[in-house]
Amino acid sequence: MAQKAIREADGKRMIARLLKDYTNGKYTIDDTFVTVGPDTDLKTLPATYKWLTKEKLVVKPDQLIKRRGKSKLLLLNADWNDAEKWIKERMSKPVTVGTVTGILDHFIVEPFIPHNETDEYYLAILSERDGDQILFHHQGGINVGDIDAKAARMKIPIGTYPTAGDIEKQLLANVPKERRSLIVGFIEGMFKFYADLNYTYLEINPFVVSNNRIFPLDLAAKLDDTAEFVSGKKWGGITFPSPFGRILSKEEAYIAELDSKTGASLKLTIINPEGRVWTMVAGGGASVIYADTITDLGFMSEMANYGEYSGDPNEEFTYLYARTILDLMTRKKNPKGKFLLIGGGIANFTDVANTFKGIVRALKEYKEKLRENNVKIYVRRGGPNYKEGLRVMRELGEQLGVPIEVYGPETHMTKIVSMALKGGK
Amino acid sequence: MAEKEYILFDKDTQAFIYNMQTNAVQRMLDFDYVSGRKTPSVAAVINPTGSDSLQKFFFGPKEILVPVYKSMKNAASRHKNVDVMINFASFRSAAASTEEAFTIPQIRTVVIIAEGVPERRMRELAAKAKQLNKIIIGPATVGGIVAGAFKIGNTGGTIENIMDSKLHRPGSVGFVSKSGGLSNEAYNIVSQNTDGLYEGIAIGGDRYPGSTLLDHLLRFEKNPEIKMLVCLGEVGGSDEYTIVDALKKKQITKPLVMWVTGTCSKAFKTEVQFGHAGAKAGSDSETADAKNAALKAAGAVVPSSFDDYGEKIGLVYKELVKKKIIIPKQEPPVLKMPMDYNTAIKAKLVRRPANFISTISDDRGEELIYGNMLISEVFKKDIGIGGVLSILWFKKLLPDYATKFIEMAIMVTADHGPAVSGAHNTIVATRAGKDLISSLVSGMLTIGPRFGGAIDGAAQMFSEAYDVGKTPNQFVEDMKVKAVNIQGIGHLIKSLHNPDMRVTIISDYAKKHFKSTPLLDYAREVEKITTSKRDNLILNVDGCIGICFVDLLRSELTKQEADEYIKMGALNGLFVLGRSIGLIGHYLDQKRLKQGLYRHPWDDIAYMLPEK
Repeated sequence: MAQKAIREADGKRMIARLLKDYTNGKYTIDDTFVTVGPDTDLKTLPATYKWLTKEKLVVKPDQLIKRRGKSKLLLLNADWNDAEKWIKERMSKPVTVGTVTGILDHFIVEPFIPHNETDEYYLAILSERDGDQILFHHQGGINVGDIDAKAARMKIPIGTYPTAGDIEKQLLANVPKERRSLIVGFIEGMFKFYADLNYTYLEINPFVVSNNRIFPLDLAAKLDDTAEFVSGKKWGGITFPSPFGRILSKEEAYIAELDSKTGASLKLTIINPEGRVWTMVAGGGASVIYADTITDLGFMSEMANYGEYSGDPNEEFTYLYARTILDLMTRKKNPKGKFLLIGGGIANFTDVANTFKGIVRALKEYKEKLRENNVKIYVRRGGPNYKEGLRVMRELGEQLGVPIEVYGPETHMTKIVSMALKGGK
Repeated sequence: MAEKEYILFDKDTQAFIYNMQTNAVQRMLDFDYVSGRKTPSVAAVINPTGSDSLQKFFFGPKEILVPVYKSMKNAASRHKNVDVMINFASFRSAAASTEEAFTIPQIRTVVIIAEGVPERRMRELAAKAKQLNKIIIGPATVGGIVAGAFKIGNTGGTIENIMDSKLHRPGSVGFVSKSGGLSNEAYNIVSQNTDGLYEGIAIGGDRYPGSTLLDHLLRFEKNPEIKMLVCLGEVGGSDEYTIVDALKKKQITKPLVMWVTGTCSKAFKTEVQFGHAGAKAGSDSETADAKNAALKAAGAVVPSSFDDYGEKIGLVYKELVKKKIIIPKQEPPVLKMPMDYNTAIKAKLVRRPANFISTISDDRGEELIYGNMLISEVFKKDIGIGGVLSILWFKKLLPDYATKFIEMAIMVTADHGPAVSGAHNTIVATRAGKDLISSLVSGMLTIGPRFGGAIDGAAQMFSEAYDVGKTPNQFVEDMKVKAVNIQGIGHLIKSLHNPDMRVTIISDYAKKHFKSTPLLDYAREVEKITTSKRDNLILNVDGCIGICFVDLLRSELTKQEADEYIKMGALNGLFVLGRSIGLIGHYLDQKRLKQGLYRHPWDDIAYMLPEK
C-alpha cells in the first residue's frame, strides 16, 4: 500500500495507449517494443513482431535497475541475431549492480531510434506534499550528469495544471524555438497523464525529437497502488515487480503465501541465516523498533531476520509462522547459543493469550531442537489478557526445559533486546 | 467546543462518528465516564446507508440514546456545538465524506481512520483543509487522545490500559507519532517516566498525512498546559526536517525528546517497505540515522536507541520538575468502570440462573444438534421425519417400526378433502385474500373436540377405561348412561361391511410390528359391541391412530411417561402436524385457481327472524 515501481514496458505501453487522450489526439507514441521473460520463445518471436528482423534494436533488462547504461546492461544498435545472443547470455543469470546481486529475467527489446545527442531531452515529474514538480533539461541520456543541479524546475500546486505558456517560459528557455511547441504540448499532456493516472514518479531520460515526433527512449515510473480502485482499469493488467535483487528464499516465499491467505499480516525477511538473534514481533511498528534496537546496540551482524505478525492471525497461522522461524534458527548450531525475541508493544484489542497459543504449540514441537541449539527465549508483550498469556509462557519454560524470560508492560518494550544481548557480545 | 486555536479537543468537545462503529462509540463513552465527562463525547452517528434512528449505548452504569442521522447536514443542523468528525469511511469513500464535512462550517477537525486513501486525493484534501483553516488527522491512523478529556475512536486500547497508562487525567506531555499501533506503547512509556500524557496524536503512516508531526508539535508549543514534547518519527519522507528547521528557528522552545525509527534499514541490502506506506527511504537524507543526527544537532533530545527513549523522557521530566516548570498534581479519585456482563462471564466472575431451558436442540455449535444427534448424522442414519419427530417430541430416537408408524399417521391424517371444517375454513380465508399463515391458522383453529380431536379423545377415553379395568361391556354401558359419544367410534359412510382402508392399514401394521397391542385389542372388543347396535359404529381412523399410538408409547416409554405425553396433547400435535400439510395444499390450490372472495348463497341460509 504505497508508491510502487512499475516496469518500463508497462509505463511505455500506458503512454502509447493513453497519451492521445490527454492531448486531444495530437500525440501518438509508438508501442513497438516487446518484453522477453524466462519463458519467451525467442525463436518464434520475429514471426510475431516483424520489425525485429527489419530494424536495428535496443535491448536492456526491465527489472527496476537504475543506470543500466553505466552497468553495461544496455545493447544498442544491434540486429536480431546479436540481440537474441545477448539476451540468451544473460537470461536467468546473476548480475551485480552496485552492491545488489539479482537474477536477470525480464528484458525489453525496441527499435533503435537513430538520433543526435542534441535531440535528447530530460523530463521528470515528481510529487511532493504541496504539489508536483516538473524537471526538464535540454540535454538528456546516460551522460546527463547531476540533473538535480542542472534541470529547470516548475512547481505545480496540487489541484492545478500548468499552462502551455508557463511551460515554455519556465522550462524550455534552452530549446530551439522551432521545437518548443512540440515539446510544450508533450509536457502538458504528460502532466495530465501523470496526475490523472495517479503516478507518483515518472522519469523519461531521454526522450528524443526526430522528424517532428517524440520517442521516449528510457523510462522509470512509480504508481500509487492505493489508487488502484480509481485508475486500475486505465493502468491495464500491470504487476508490481519486487525490487531488483530481492529473491525470496523458500521460507520467505512460504510466509508471503500465508500472508496472502489471511486478512492478518505475516512478514518474514531473512537477513543473515547464520545470525544468532531471531525475532518474532507482533505489530508493524514494534517489529521495526526491535530490529532498530538490535542494530543500535551493535548487533547488526548477528540479526538473523526481520519478522512481524499482526492483525490478529488465527492460531493455525501463528503456529505455521512460528514453526518456520524455529526451523530456520535451529538448523545450524552455534557454540555461543542463540536468542529468540518474542516481542511486541501493548496490543489494542487483540487477546494476547490467544495469539500466543500458536507460538506455544510450535515451541513445544521444537523443544528438543531448541535445547540442542542452546536457545534462550525472551518474551515481552502487553494488552488485553496479557497476564494470562505471560503466565502460559512462563510455565512453558519450565515444562520445556528451555530458558524463557517473560516481561509485561512494566518493562520497556525493547529492554529484552539488551537483556538478551548484554552478555552476548 | 474548543475556543483556542491550538486546542482541537477538550472536555466539552463533541464529535460526529461517520459510519456505524458501535464498538468505537462505546469505547469513547467508556473513556468519557472514567474521565468524569458530564456529556458524552459522541453527539451523533452519521450512517449514510441507514436511516434516522436512535442507538442505545452505555454511559458508565446507565444507558443513553445516541441519535443516528443519514445526512451529515441534518446532523450538523441539530448539533450546532459539534466541531469534530471522526470518519470511519472506507478508503474508497473517505475522501468524499471528508470533502462533504468541509462544506459544513462548524466542522473544524476531521479524523480519517481508513488506510489506503490515494495519495493525490489526500494531497488535494490537505491543501483544501489549509485553505479553509480546517485540520485533518490521518489517514491510516487510530486517532489520538486528550487525557481525561476526549478520545478519538479506538485510541488507547481497552479501558484497563487507559487506566494503567493514566489516560483518564491530564499530565504535562504532548506526544505525536506516525504510528497508531505504537501509540499505546508510547503512552505507557510516557506514563511510567513522567506525570503522564496531556495530548497524544498519531498522524498516520501515509506519505502525505493530512497534518504533520510539526503541525501538532507547534500546537503543543502554544498550549501552556503542555510542558514537554515527545515525538516518534519514522524512516522515509522529509517531515522530520521541518521539525529540525522549527527547532533552529526557535519555533519550538519546549524540550523535545524524539526518536526516528527504522535505523535497521541499513541491514537490508535492497530497498525495504516497512509496514507504513511512507516508511521507505528514497535517499540518504530520508534514513532514520540521518534524521536522528539532524534532530540531535538542532537541539532535540535524541536517545542512542529506542531502548533508552523512556529514560531520556524521564530525565527531561525530572529536570522540569526540578525547575518547578512542572508541579506534579495529586491523583484524582478513580471512577470505577462497570464491567461488561459478557466480559465478566468470560472471566468467570458472575453467574445468573437462566430464564430459558432447552433440552431438545442446540444451534450454538459448528453444527445444529437434535437431541444428541448432529444434523449431519440425522441424514447419514436416514432417520426420516418420524425419527426427527421422536427425538424432538419424546427426546428419544424410537426404533424404526415406531418412526415408520409416526410417518404413516402423518400421511394418513394429511388431508381429508375440502369439505371438512379445517379445509373449509382455510379455503374461505384464502379466498378472502389472506396470506398462507393466516389461512392455515384459520383452518387449524377448528381442530378441537369435534374436529380432529378424536385422536386425542379416543386415546384418553379408551386408555382410562382400560386402565381402571372396565370390561368393554361396562365401558359401553357407562358411556350410554352418561349419554356421551365414544370418541373414535362411528363413521358417516364406512361400516363393518365397507371398512375404511385407512383403519385397515394402520391396525394391520400395528398388529404386525408392535411389541403388543392391548389397547387396540380392547378397542376391537368395544367395536364388536357397538357395531352389533349399528353397522357404522366402527373404530374409525382417528380412534385407531390414537389407540395404536398409546400402545406404541407404552411399549417404548414407561407407562407414566406415555400417559404424560397423552395428557399434554401430543396426539393432537400429530393431527395438527399431519393436517397442516393438507391445509397448505388447499391454500395453494385456491391461489393457483385464482378463486375470488367466497360468499355463502342466501338460499343456503334459513332466515328465520322473529316476525315484526
